[in-house]
Amino acid sequence: MLDMLAVYFHYPFVRYAMLVGVLIALSSSLLGVSLVLKRFSFIGDGLSHVAFGAMAVATVMDVASDTAVVLPVTIAAAVLLLRTGQNARLKGDAAIAMISVGALASGYLLLNLFSRSANLSGDVCSTLFGSTAILTLSETDVWLCVILSLVVVILFTMCYHRIFAVTFDETFAKATGMKADRYNLLVAVVTASVIVLAMKLAGSLLISALIIFPALSAMRLFKSFRGVILSSAVLSVVCAAAGILLSIVASTPVGATIVCMDMAVFALCSLAGMVLKRS
Amino acid sequence: MAQLSCRNVVLGYEGKTVVQNLNFEVNRGDYLCIVGENGSGKSTLIRALLRLKSPMSGEILTGDGLEADGIGYLPQQTIVQRDFPASVREIVLSGCLGRFGWRPFYGRAEKAEAEQNMEKLGIAHLAGRCYRELSGGQQQRVLLARALCATRFMLLLDEPVAGLDPSAVQEMYGLLETLNREERITIIMVSHDIQAAVRYADHILHISEEPLFFGTKEEYLKSPVGRRYLSVTGGEQNA
Repeated sequence: MLDMLAVYFHYPFVRYAMLVGVLIALSSSLLGVSLVLKRFSFIGDGLSHVAFGAMAVATVMDVASDTAVVLPVTIAAAVLLLRTGQNARLKGDAAIAMISVGALASGYLLLNLFSRSANLSGDVCSTLFGSTAILTLSETDVWLCVILSLVVVILFTMCYHRIFAVTFDETFAKATGMKADRYNLLVAVVTASVIVLAMKLAGSLLISALIIFPALSAMRLFKSFRGVILSSAVLSVVCAAAGILLSIVASTPVGATIVCMDMAVFALCSLAGMVLKRS
Repeated sequence: MAQLSCRNVVLGYEGKTVVQNLNFEVNRGDYLCIVGENGSGKSTLIRALLRLKSPMSGEILTGDGLEADGIGYLPQQTIVQRDFPASVREIVLSGCLGRFGWRPFYGRAEKAEAEQNMEKLGIAHLAGRCYRELSGGQQQRVLLARALCATRFMLLLDEPVAGLDPSAVQEMYGLLETLNREERITIIMVSHDIQAAVRYADHILHISEEPLFFGTKEEYLKSPVGRRYLSVTGGEQNA
């Protein structure tokens, strides 16, 4: 089996896939902890559906780069969702549900009406579930992903203590003179960007798993914020790497394999957490 | 000059007045208790004092060394915090954040201050423990230590003993009294607990859409508003 992997890793596209997969897993797990703790788990899900809708529009319009359309639309949706969460004329969860199914439905409708593709359901399926897109990354995609992940990791490290403060107690943070809204906006924009990139890896229906599972697993085991962040990053990277390897060897869909890995790790962590609590 | 003064302050939401004609001053070392029924504008007043909300008219001034964002705030607990994975030290340290500009990490001064405040409140031995596993009284002390990290002059407490068991309530009031007497930290406390208010505070502000009373505790006990409120809530025998 190792020989087989060695052969595969001779191909640059396999190496790219590995690199991109690991980086996306790393950035999404860092964001995930804050989102899960703030009860924003669904925002990831909602945004990925918006990204699907935008992708459909980009496909229909036949633009050169999908990302140029999808990224701004998703970021705009992220900012909008965050705003409604605060003003609460439409309750946060209802707004997210509305926007996400709305985007999904109109995206699919658009594709059906205007698409010139011969294999429509294949296209839709790969956008939703990721499938092989990760193995067809262009060099530009890889660079974009490397740069964005670096930006996420650096931003997160620099703002780590402030993100903690805003996540734990936004009112207190504001009262001591922190611009909490700015950090919320930052998290929303970065989340949107990570989601757009992660669509290539896991597909738009499965991305939120990359965001929430590592954070939830880490929370079963660790009791300090730092412990949770670090272990969530490690778990996420390990699951993504293992998932990609497994999917190459067993020729299974990449996204679904990674998500199943994450689920298995979550089950293990829950079990370990229960055992630790008993003893 | 007073540390905090409200002049003809009117507070409200979207054009609707919640509380008006607020005029009061708080001086260094005062212990002010804000009492009033639910919906009387107490929480709105807190938000205004913390500068999270601007008054519809009138002004709130700070002086005597107190900066507008230099009030140490002890909020009521939120649902998010109840199962938040964070160590006591992490939480207390986060109180220092408002002060240090754009530096990304804590320096020695902040760490020393956090240690000192944990020491002061008797939670130094819990520093590595997880917040969500502590008792209600211990959690309140953690949040109080964090508030102390954010201020040198004034604490603003929102129902600090809500949901605590009787012995934890006594401890909390004891701690506040010590901070007020020995460190000359000004205390503003919003409370339902009128008995404790008249026992520990030296000034009372009673609001109900507009201030019914502001003055010292002694005057409050003699005033018609105070006598009526105390007899309704059964605080007389303890006063």
